[in-house]
Amino acid sequence: MLSRTAENLYWLARYVERAEYLARTIDATLRVTALPAAYIGKTNEWDSALLTAGVAESFYQTHEDANEHNVVDYLSFSADNPSSIRNCIEAARLNSRSVRTALTSEMWDTINSAWIELQAVWSKGTSTREELAKFLRFVQETSLRFDGSAYRTMLRNDAYWFSRLGLHLERADNTARILDVKYHMLLPEEEHVGGPLDFYQWSSILRSVSALTAYHWVYRETLKPWLVADLLILNGTLPRSLASCYDNLVRNLDQIGVAYGRQGPAQRHARGIRNRLEHSNMNDIFQHGVHEFIQEFITDNSRLGEIITKQYLI
Amino acid sequence: MAVAFDEMNIPGGDLRPAYQELARWLKETPPEALEYRRQEAELLFRRIGITFAVYGEAESTERLIPFDVIPRIMSGKEWALLERGLKQRVRALNMFLRDIYHGRDILRAEIVPDDLIFQNPVFRPEMNGQQVPHDVYVHIAGIDIVRVDAKNFIVLEDNARTPSGVSYMLENREIMMRLFPDLFARHRVAPVERYPDELLSALRSVAPQSAQGEPTVALLTPGVYNSAYYEHSFLADKLGIELVEGRDLIIKNNEVFMRTTEGLKRVDVIYRRVDDDFIDPLTFRPDSVLGVPGLMSAYAAGNITLANAVGTGIADDKAIYSYMPDIVKFYLGEEPILKNVPTWRCREPKDLAYVLDNLGDLVVKEVHGSGGYGMLIGPAATKATIEAFREKLKREPEGFIAQPTLALSTCPTCTASGLAPRHVDLRPFVLTGSKSTTIVPGGLTRVALKEGSLVVNSSQGGGTKDTWILDE
Repeated sequence: MLSRTAENLYWLARYVERAEYLARTIDATLRVTALPAAYIGKTNEWDSALLTAGVAESFYQTHEDANEHNVVDYLSFSADNPSSIRNCIEAARLNSRSVRTALTSEMWDTINSAWIELQAVWSKGTSTREELAKFLRFVQETSLRFDGSAYRTMLRNDAYWFSRLGLHLERADNTARILDVKYHMLLPEEEHVGGPLDFYQWSSILRSVSALTAYHWVYRETLKPWLVADLLILNGTLPRSLASCYDNLVRNLDQIGVAYGRQGPAQRHARGIRNRLEHSNMNDIFQHGVHEFIQEFITDNSRLGEIITKQYLI
Repeated sequence: MAVAFDEMNIPGGDLRPAYQELARWLKETPPEALEYRRQEAELLFRRIGITFAVYGEAESTERLIPFDVIPRIMSGKEWALLERGLKQRVRALNMFLRDIYHGRDILRAEIVPDDLIFQNPVFRPEMNGQQVPHDVYVHIAGIDIVRVDAKNFIVLEDNARTPSGVSYMLENREIMMRLFPDLFARHRVAPVERYPDELLSALRSVAPQSAQGEPTVALLTPGVYNSAYYEHSFLADKLGIELVEGRDLIIKNNEVFMRTTEGLKRVDVIYRRVDDDFIDPLTFRPDSVLGVPGLMSAYAAGNITLANAVGTGIADDKAIYSYMPDIVKFYLGEEPILKNVPTWRCREPKDLAYVLDNLGDLVVKEVHGSGGYGMLIGPAATKATIEAFREKLKREPEGFIAQPTLALSTCPTCTASGLAPRHVDLRPFVLTGSKSTTIVPGGLTRVALKEGSLVVNSSQGGGTKDTWILDE
């Protein structure tokens, strides 16, 4: 297939995944801020939302402080923020248009309808919490529909695999980022683990990756930081964990390698990361430092993006 | 202006035969049901994304071309005549182009004046003496036809460069079949859906000799911002070929390759929807980023077929148009089956004098214009506009032609106040491969939605209809 087509599919999946992640982040943040102050302490959750979205720096170039109103607007609707939800959906739609021949009509319909709704219903943003909740649901449903239609209707060929690569790479990045920020904010504090503050912070992390129920099924325990980290980093059964993302990345890259009759640096690099995850346990990671571990992972992950680009997309 | 010929109703209350079943159906169908289907159709178009962008407007204002749910119907006999006329005309167009870029017999015979060719900006000296595969220049022609009475079809324009609209012909049919299955059940409508197949085999048939095995065909688009982008992606999809942009192609050793995830892959035939001017910055406009540097060298080396060929613009020029009946006679020795609109060439003093005296009754067109821009429709224009045009004409007479205002035929059309006659034209698509010329039965009917308006162009607010050829 055309390199440009593969690149567009790859980024299309990334944009959709990112939009959903942002919607989840806002949703989780709203829940925490709705709690009485005694439960959440003095941290500014909106600050942390900006950090996990990776846009804190650009936000503060034009804003004095972070509050619900301006962060929600910045993450959802701002034209100045290249990865606002609106810009993600617009970019996804533009990418879809340029690779329409590689999309199934269901996928195109999902993105195009979402884009039309975005303009018709959400062009002025949201002014109440109810509207915001509706908007966030709309974004999450768009992503679910898109993912579902891709899964159900695409031929299992390179077009599918490249779009899956984009999805898992983006997802791994998002999961790693949210863990890092929360750890950063929480762990320097002395270990009063198990208090209400902690509980809500950790549950918000899990909610933002849609894994709160999964946590209880897997561990049958109250929320504990190392178990949350274990779930999100090493547990291959959780679709958003780093381990699971890398299982998928390795598999999709292998499928491409087999179809093209050739392996390359992307396959090797992805396998390297997966092997490291497979042979780690939480004890080692804590010894080494969770922050350091995740920082390395984020670097390795984006390096994989560069290698894939070089090997296939340009 | 005379009362226009209506394709459904004979004055006095009778129906033309092809429309009898439709008329019966319309009588049975309540207006609300029609309106409901119209809205449904619009929703479908919007969701599928069948839109076009209007130049100068932001991308977010992609527009729908209004779709009218009342089909335009033609009998098989009428179509047979049209089909013969179209094939004849396109054969002559191809012979004319081959001659212009090679022996130039027609200039020596003084049928067409030299300066109309050599001083024409769309003439491409680069194509002089250049062999094009299988001598086909215009692989895809869109011939605009109007009807003035029960017997006569008249050619309004030959589109020999990159005619568009065929996706609407196909999508209109799909949507009609979805919304009006019972109406189809009552008619025998000749299918149009094999167009993509015919197009692909025509394109494959003209591959250069150096093509290895099954020729690789690609469709070259200027990109998503082009007004006809939807059509480009639609066709590439239906044909099962890659939709490429200039940046996807690279020339090596005078061969054309596309960049794929598995490395470079040779391309043999390019259905290009990029104009000559932009196709190769090394040969034509150096500032173009849409084209492929070196494409013309690969073309000259005989390693790639471009459809349509470079330089075909000379055949759809409005000044050349007026010579088409002579061109048909010259190459084929036959009388043209399809007539031209009588045309005054303002470059000729006698014609200019007549035109200046009768501006209020004429349509004046720029020789190189298209899309309904820059034209004067005398009967509908204000005095001031007419006077402004008079000055333009005097300043640059060779830039214009003039034609009588034709009473274009009308078809019943849904309007805010119920069914009403509106003017239509027709663009059938004629395909030429190495062995044959083919046309699927039908075309794109464009309809002027404003009452009395003769302008059917989509860029001027015209709409479209499905075109039914009855299989008898």
